[in-house]
Amino acid sequence: MTAATAQGPNAEELRADARRERLVLGALAAPGLLLIGIVALAPIAWLFWLSVRKGDSYTLEHYARLLHSSYAYSLQTTFELTFLVTAICALLGYPLAYLIAQARQRTAAILLLFVLFPVWTSLLVRCYAWLVLLQRRGLVNTWLADAGLIDLPLRLVHNFTGTTIGMVHIMLPFMVLPLYATMRAIDRDYVRAAANLGATPSQAFRHVYVPLSLPGLAAGIIIVFILCLGFYVTPALLGGGRVMTWSMQIERNVTYHSDWGAASALGVVLLAMALAIFWAVGRVIGFNRILGGR
Amino acid sequence: MLGRPATETQITHGRRLWLYALGGLVLFFLVLPSLIVVPLSFSDTRFLQFPPPAYSTRWYEAYFGSREWRQATWISFAAAFLTTVLSTGLGTLAAYSLHTMSGRAPRVIYAFFMMPLIVPAILVAIGTFLLYAQLGLNNTLTGIVLAHSTMAIPLVVITVASGLKSYDMNQEMVARSLGASRPRAFLTVTLPQIRIPVVTAALLAFITSLDEVTISLFVAGGDYATMTKRMFNALRDEIDPTIAAISTLLVALSVALLAASQFASRGEKR
Repeated sequence: MTAATAQGPNAEELRADARRERLVLGALAAPGLLLIGIVALAPIAWLFWLSVRKGDSYTLEHYARLLHSSYAYSLQTTFELTFLVTAICALLGYPLAYLIAQARQRTAAILLLFVLFPVWTSLLVRCYAWLVLLQRRGLVNTWLADAGLIDLPLRLVHNFTGTTIGMVHIMLPFMVLPLYATMRAIDRDYVRAAANLGATPSQAFRHVYVPLSLPGLAAGIIIVFILCLGFYVTPALLGGGRVMTWSMQIERNVTYHSDWGAASALGVVLLAMALAIFWAVGRVIGFNRILGGR
Repeated sequence: MLGRPATETQITHGRRLWLYALGGLVLFFLVLPSLIVVPLSFSDTRFLQFPPPAYSTRWYEAYFGSREWRQATWISFAAAFLTTVLSTGLGTLAAYSLHTMSGRAPRVIYAFFMMPLIVPAILVAIGTFLLYAQLGLNNTLTGIVLAHSTMAIPLVVITVASGLKSYDMNQEMVARSLGASRPRAFLTVTLPQIRIPVVTAALLAFITSLDEVTISLFVAGGDYATMTKRMFNALRDEIDPTIAAISTLLVALSVALLAASQFASRGEKR
């Protein structure tokens, strides 16, 4: 932006000027950084501190308690839910993104609106809708009974099933959008070339299209996985107390027991898992691809 | 039609009907559940029957007649408006600042800005609650706005940064060589050209604040409880059809905001 190298008699002053301008421009990012740093991130460092303190001394007691079976059980629930939701989102999201990416520009724009609509709709509205749809005498059970498929209403909500359905609904757009972005950018001549060289449709798809779309799939999977891992609202509402995730344990320890040591230790472990996964995948496919940044 | 090739692989439409069916079902799955609240909100009964046996507007009357809901609605909208102003301002400045930097610094700072999206919300929620307890910011509008802004700023930075990518900074240099100061060059030359990403970012910030649940559960209470906090508690305890009326109004608002964001980006292409 600024002149590369200043020359001439006043070179020194020009360089000082350029330095000053870089500082001023850099400082423009400071208010936002400070706000995020102070309000969102510094308290997390504080939680880290609390997780290794008891009274006036250091302790690993809070972490040792995490080995208790109730925590192990909720960790298992969290991972089961996360893996299942991520897998279903990938299975449903890939074909949808594929179809939208192949549609004409105008059609694709309309179809994308359907994908964006849930993102812009309140999370609580969607949880409420699923509570209504899936309850004992809800729409889904009524339809299934009318169709003669079931005799007794199925238990669809306030359990693991309901939580999974609700979470898939919330996470699916975060799978479809990065997949779509990658697929749209695929040069279709590669597929055409494969077909010309005698590949059957399924061969061309498997050997050419799928590998080219993998970065988008990886980005979608990592986003959904990390969001699921720390998700609180949907399991709390649709799980009906029967699904106890790691994030709900954190909330419980704070709200019911005011046990900041345990809550902090749980939080540190959750954050470590999220960052480790993010880091590992970021190393492989590049951080910018995940965040869609520069 | 069915016999025509659908893609470069020469597969016909007929041979992948199942794919269209699956895609259609997934789209239904994405859109329909949120719309189910609309007929329910006009139901005449407490029970969530579908279709409703009779129609009425009693749940809307219950909503507008309740002081608690009115107060919560006011807090939510005030917080969303202030969050939009604060985070759009700070986020746009930050994106602009990052755009002018070179070397490794912008990548590192960008990653820092993204942290609130990566860190689980429950963790930010209890951390912020702890901090606010010291500062006396729990259950205040200021506290809610600051916390919501930390969630909205990353989205503003992403949106504006991607808008700046297609903007030619030399135009600003021209303005400055003609005597405009840097702030003036930014306001009169750059900002008008990135107005669409900035407007989109502002809409995103608004909906982010309005929808924020997890942090609000901890830091917003009493007279400063947000709509989301009241809705969450109502959903956990018993299903009150008033929620259907509120949900319908929120869905209408989402549609309006989504349409506005589409309208803004449509204008850009012309």
